[in-house]
Amino acid sequence: MRNPDVNDGVVVAAATSPAVVVLPTPPHYVQPLLKTPFHNRARALSQLDSFVPWSGYTTVDVFTSVEQEYFAIRNATTLYDLTPMVKYRVAGHSALPFLNRLVTRDLSKLQVGRVAYCVWCDDAGHLIDDGTVFRLSENEYRLCTAERQLDWLLSSAIGFERAIGDDRLVIEEVTDQIAALAMQGPTSYAVLAAAGLSGVERLKPFEIETFEVDGVTITVSRTGFTGDLGYELWMDPGHAERVWDILMAAGQTRGIRPIGSKALNIARIEAGFLQPNVDFVSSAHTVLLSRDRSPLELGLEWLVDFAKPYFTGRRALVEEKRRGAARRLVGLDIEGDKPAHNALLYSDRAGRKEVGSVTSATWSPTCKRNIALAMIDAPHFQVGATLWADIYLNRELVWERRMARARVVAKPFFAPERRKATPPGSY
Amino acid sequence: MSGSRYDCVVVGGGHNGLVCAAYLARGGRSVLVLEAADEVGGAAVTREFAPGFRVSACAHLLHSMSGAMIHDLQLEDHGLTFSAREMPTVALAADGGSVALGATSLTANANPLSSGVTVDDAAAYPGYVALLNRLAQALRPVLDSVPPRLGTDAWADKRALLQLGWQIRRLGRHDMRELLRIGGMNVFDLLKDNFESPLLQGALAFDAILGSNFGPRSPGSVFTLLYRLAGATAAQGKEVSGTPLSQPTGGLGALSRALSAAAVAAGAEVRTNAAVERIIVRDHRASGVQLASGETITANTVISNVDPQATFLRLLGAEYLDAGFTRRVSHLRTRGLAAKLHLALDDLPRFSGVSEASLGGRLLIAPSLEYLERAFNHSKYGEFSNAPAIEITVPTVNDRTLAPAGKHVLSAVVQYAPYALKAGWDAGREQFANIVVDTIERYSPGLGKSIISAQLLTPSDIEREFRITGGHWHHAELALDQFFMMRPVPGAAQYQTPVDGLYLCGAGCHPGGGVMGTAGRNAARQVLGQAA
Repeated sequence: MRNPDVNDGVVVAAATSPAVVVLPTPPHYVQPLLKTPFHNRARALSQLDSFVPWSGYTTVDVFTSVEQEYFAIRNATTLYDLTPMVKYRVAGHSALPFLNRLVTRDLSKLQVGRVAYCVWCDDAGHLIDDGTVFRLSENEYRLCTAERQLDWLLSSAIGFERAIGDDRLVIEEVTDQIAALAMQGPTSYAVLAAAGLSGVERLKPFEIETFEVDGVTITVSRTGFTGDLGYELWMDPGHAERVWDILMAAGQTRGIRPIGSKALNIARIEAGFLQPNVDFVSSAHTVLLSRDRSPLELGLEWLVDFAKPYFTGRRALVEEKRRGAARRLVGLDIEGDKPAHNALLYSDRAGRKEVGSVTSATWSPTCKRNIALAMIDAPHFQVGATLWADIYLNRELVWERRMARARVVAKPFFAPERRKATPPGSY
Repeated sequence: MSGSRYDCVVVGGGHNGLVCAAYLARGGRSVLVLEAADEVGGAAVTREFAPGFRVSACAHLLHSMSGAMIHDLQLEDHGLTFSAREMPTVALAADGGSVALGATSLTANANPLSSGVTVDDAAAYPGYVALLNRLAQALRPVLDSVPPRLGTDAWADKRALLQLGWQIRRLGRHDMRELLRIGGMNVFDLLKDNFESPLLQGALAFDAILGSNFGPRSPGSVFTLLYRLAGATAAQGKEVSGTPLSQPTGGLGALSRALSAAAVAAGAEVRTNAAVERIIVRDHRASGVQLASGETITANTVISNVDPQATFLRLLGAEYLDAGFTRRVSHLRTRGLAAKLHLALDDLPRFSGVSEASLGGRLLIAPSLEYLERAFNHSKYGEFSNAPAIEITVPTVNDRTLAPAGKHVLSAVVQYAPYALKAGWDAGREQFANIVVDTIERYSPGLGKSIISAQLLTPSDIEREFRITGGHWHHAELALDQFFMMRPVPGAAQYQTPVDGLYLCGAGCHPGGGVMGTAGRNAARQVLGQAA
């Protein structure tokens, strides 16, 4: 069964290339704000009726209160509707060479049934987007991205279209063909087990497996955006509400609750994860050249494999590495308890020399620290360096300014052992 | 089989590849040229197209190879002779009139009135030619130089940009203003501004559209005209007198043989029947080539005379390149629009209004600007011209080695014949050949009866025969957006490609094709400069 809001895809084949592109109809840009397959359930539980647009869908930013939802992430288990995340099916004998030339990691090492977090760059080595690559079978991958990438994927497909018989490179947007639910929190494993996903305890971080529950097929990956124990569940949109109900029922005694994007944002900052258009702007969108960011600048060098076959941006990144990064995204620990939203950073308390700015900031309720992600110019980004954050506070409509001491610290801020334990603890 | 190792391997033995090889060998490099065909020359070859009849099979005139290069490579010592130099250009009128385009004046023949050349035209002509030649002179150093890169700190780049600015500045106030005024204009408007005779206008526009996807009204067609004139001034040195057309004895293939001999004399090796299958990349660096036979040849530097699309997308492969660069390469405009007609003739063809002396020159069927534009219109929609524009030579007038005694060869470049003919060339070839012969016969009554054999090469034939993607003489359209710093694409415009050790030296690079050899020489300079 398919989501009734969604028609069959259409096949658009470029005249000059045998690569096949499948676009959803009606296109996302024609119909304003689609409803996800979980929309009815979410609306029923939403106390604030607070919905925001996300990649063409309407989704919840807060159900009840940010605090309640945040503490459920860290102490119980949570459901987060992930359906709007853009998903591409990439298949064919040239899927691997195509994807491996796209991203900076070596995907030839990615086993079937595993997931890799990846970034991809333009020719200049500047970040276009980040996302995850799922290897579903030998020649079938799923690429999950923050933003739509069709233009760049098609450009990247030039030279990889060579068909062997009927086996050609297929790049198909499947965002609306798959309902996705993130289930994150320390009791997430226990809830899945209670829901009848027997064997889910064997799943290691970044592994994928398919389960049958109550006649419904659910693909589960041990992935997430909270830095904690958690899973992401992928299913036919027609089964979405059944799965939701099964999980909510199974999690009743373990504090399950749906969450919106605001609570998730606190958790992802604690985990040190980047948010596109917050911590960096895609080079596909920047107008000012100096706003482009490389993976080296974003502290993602661990994702760049210079030993693998050529990938787009390699030449530029080799050169950047030789020169040394001009700036770097780092973690900050800031004195006081006032989040340093959008704060400019100085190397001196008097605020004479500006050396960077905060991109994401929050009070971390779990770490009991005032934390932030910030882009800092060389050489001030070394761990241990002391900077000064210029924090503006609005206290009952009166703006106050604080110069707060900020220390450059290692990320992530929060990384409990339980996130990696296999089998996971049954909390 | 492996083991052979060279400093430089040149993929493709076209004229640019041979020039490049000659200069590299002179620079002390061990050089191997690999040519897929059974003879060197690429699109500068002489072939037998009917028993006993030979013709320059693609390019048929030499107009922009510099005298300095011919002298420098001692081509005349290596067998190059000319059967004709300073060949005249004559524009044919449908009613038997004609006008010869001289270096400084016009000569109307046969029926002076029918050419429509007015007293004002004759008076305006010398000034027009002189202006265009001055502008072409200013652009000439651009053709010779390696294009600079923008936004670098390199002194060579800054110097090249300054030089370009200085060349234009020293034209003086009047000429600089004229260059800026007409540089981006179309040749239709330029000629309407300057002349009254449709025949003269058509003939003068012909060189602007020859070998390009332009009609006279296409923006930028003055640029292509200046480009061709700049090539001509380069060919002649300081002395400029019209387009210096010449015809090597034995056809263009003789030039290629002389170039090959010059390269060999300098120490290069030249192998024919050696098709390169792919360029080998090791550790992100070009390290040699693999032949169709399976043989591999190792080299420090690989220089490709092959067109940019084939070099990057077929011989190298997108997996070694950035996606944005690959996209730019794949978007190059490479489709040819010129066909080549070869006729084996029983007798010397006669053209009304053309003297015996002028018959050894270049004859143009381009009776008006409107005629050319209409001919171009068809090509925009994937059709060939019903009344095509034609450049005719009868090489046997100057060179008796090409045909049996008493017999003749007619060689013509025909526009427009779009690469992607809607009906397909298998269906359209014969029909178009008949149209072309009929068109020429209108100016040369009785021609049809004298034809022993005919051959028409369409752009798709040229693609196959001469291994040029799209069948474009220049490998990639010559237009402002594919010129100089943007030729073939930014990132490869200095002959060096993004892949270490891989260079380009063909017509797809600055300054383009037209049997000039400059791309080959510039590429060699780059390789030698960097490998020193």
